Amino acid sequence: MNDRSLVGIGLKSAHVARILGGDRVDLGFFEIHAENFMSAGGPLLDRLERIRARHALSIHGVGLSIGGAGALDAAHLQRLESLVARFEPRWFSEHLAWSSHGGAFFNDLLPLPYTAATLQRVCDHVDAVQRVLGRPMLLENPSTYVEFEASTMDEAAFITDVQRRTGCALLLDVNNAYVSAVNHGRDARDFIDALPAHAVAEIHLAGFAEDRDGAGARLLIDSHGAPVAEAVWALYLHALRRTGPVPTLIERDHDIPTFETLQAEALRARDLMQSPAAARHEALA
Amino acid sequence: MSGPLLQAGFAAALRDPAAALPSGLRAWNGSDPAARFAVHRNNVVSSLVAALADTFPVVRDLVGADFFATTARGFVAAQPPTSPILAEYGAGFADFVAAFEPAAGLPYLPDVARLEFARIRAFHAADAPALTPGQVAARLAHPEQLAPARIRLHPSLQVLRSSHAVVALWAAHQGHGDLAEVDPDRPEAALVLRVDDDAAVIALPHAAAVFTQALADGRPLVGAVDAAAAARAPDHLPFDLPACLGLLLAHGAITAWLAPGEST
Repeated sequence: MNDRSLVGIGLKSAHVARILGGDRVDLGFFEIHAENFMSAGGPLLDRLERIRARHALSIHGVGLSIGGAGALDAAHLQRLESLVARFEPRWFSEHLAWSSHGGAFFNDLLPLPYTAATLQRVCDHVDAVQRVLGRPMLLENPSTYVEFEASTMDEAAFITDVQRRTGCALLLDVNNAYVSAVNHGRDARDFIDALPAHAVAEIHLAGFAEDRDGAGARLLIDSHGAPVAEAVWALYLHALRRTGPVPTLIERDHDIPTFETLQAEALRARDLMQSPAAARHEALA
Repeated sequence: MSGPLLQAGFAAALRDPAAALPSGLRAWNGSDPAARFAVHRNNVVSSLVAALADTFPVVRDLVGADFFATTARGFVAAQPPTSPILAEYGAGFADFVAAFEPAAGLPYLPDVARLEFARIRAFHAADAPALTPGQVAARLAHPEQLAPARIRLHPSLQVLRSSHAVVALWAAHQGHGDLAEVDPDRPEAALVLRVDDDAAVIALPHAAAVFTQALADGRPLVGAVDAAAAARAPDHLPFDLPACLGLLLAHGAITAWLAPGEST
């Protein structure tokens, strides 16, 4: 398996014994949420050491609030630096979103308007993260449910500018791209086609839940509680034709199935990456 | 509208479900953004209520899922997390429960919450190697140095003294003992610390709990013994120093034993 077609799953405590047991594991990497491993000590960190000794690791932050209007939380950034220094992950990623305001943490990935001012602020924050961590970070496109009258750029243009100005890499969440496109009446392929394909360093796949908005239109919710939808697999294939093979992760945070079930979903991604259907369209990339 | 003001309005509307939506929201199909904003309101509250349910499973069992969710929603509104580390969220939950009028009929509930939060702290606490029985025996061989000695305890160790049967209530929810047999008004004390990668809950005589807390507070051995002897123990059990030290030693709770003038 070459390095570009690594596949992985989010690390779940229910699967740790299976992963560390003697049975074969066909995955190239595991991803953790940084904020779940900020303990001073104890068994969580021990187990992670043992997994890290055998597998590559991705550290995924869910609480830095890169899209926040205020300054980054310096203490939190320092905790991330310690975690990254200790576990030496292959990738560190965070979201184009905010989650803290006025001293309160909302535990949700909240949307921001896309303007010249927010672009500058996000670039400043990404620069600060990369300076403290001493490495490029990956920025993930969000699932969004509302848009802002104040926005003057579309999301792909905003992300492209952040990538160009900061040199960060991108975490393309194909489920988020699909969810946002449906929620805002757009074609997700246009969003993916507008991103700088060369900068995509990791892909996320996940399942969504479905609701209706005030007018009865489909409103998809990024739930991480279901298998990857067929429409998202099709969009993944579309993305692969532009990016070529990219390390791909199955995210699952609710209604967690067996390790074998999640591993099989990840292996489906690997099969797709290696299939002729995913052959890269060099002209597009 | 500028970014900071916009986020302030968004944040205020997230925290108060009765508040008006933030201005400046838009939907592609012209629909009322309320249904869309509700996704965020629901994400915030349901994820934080779920985090509290993970931290306080016995409280949840004792009151039922619906009552717990109502209590937890009240707590989330009153004291939202201030840190993205959710294992630290809930430090004020026991006090909130104590003041929560609908829970007034369950006076033991706040201490059960304190015990559960102590377990979470113990689970995530720093590591520290324990003294071996041989190292402790070497200290005991110098009786003249015992009284002023300071005993350092494991970073995960916490003591809870309660007017209620918190250990028995907690144990009954782990499948040990029959909940119906527990007299919740029997005072109990608990030692919480990490043992074999899990946060253990160990019943302690009250005087031993006073002694252990005094050591944890940095008092010398003689001061801790005095405190234990002077304590009004609701279980009427006399203080037994060798038994208490033996229990701490057996659970790897003693990490340093410093004679006067010694530091780590």
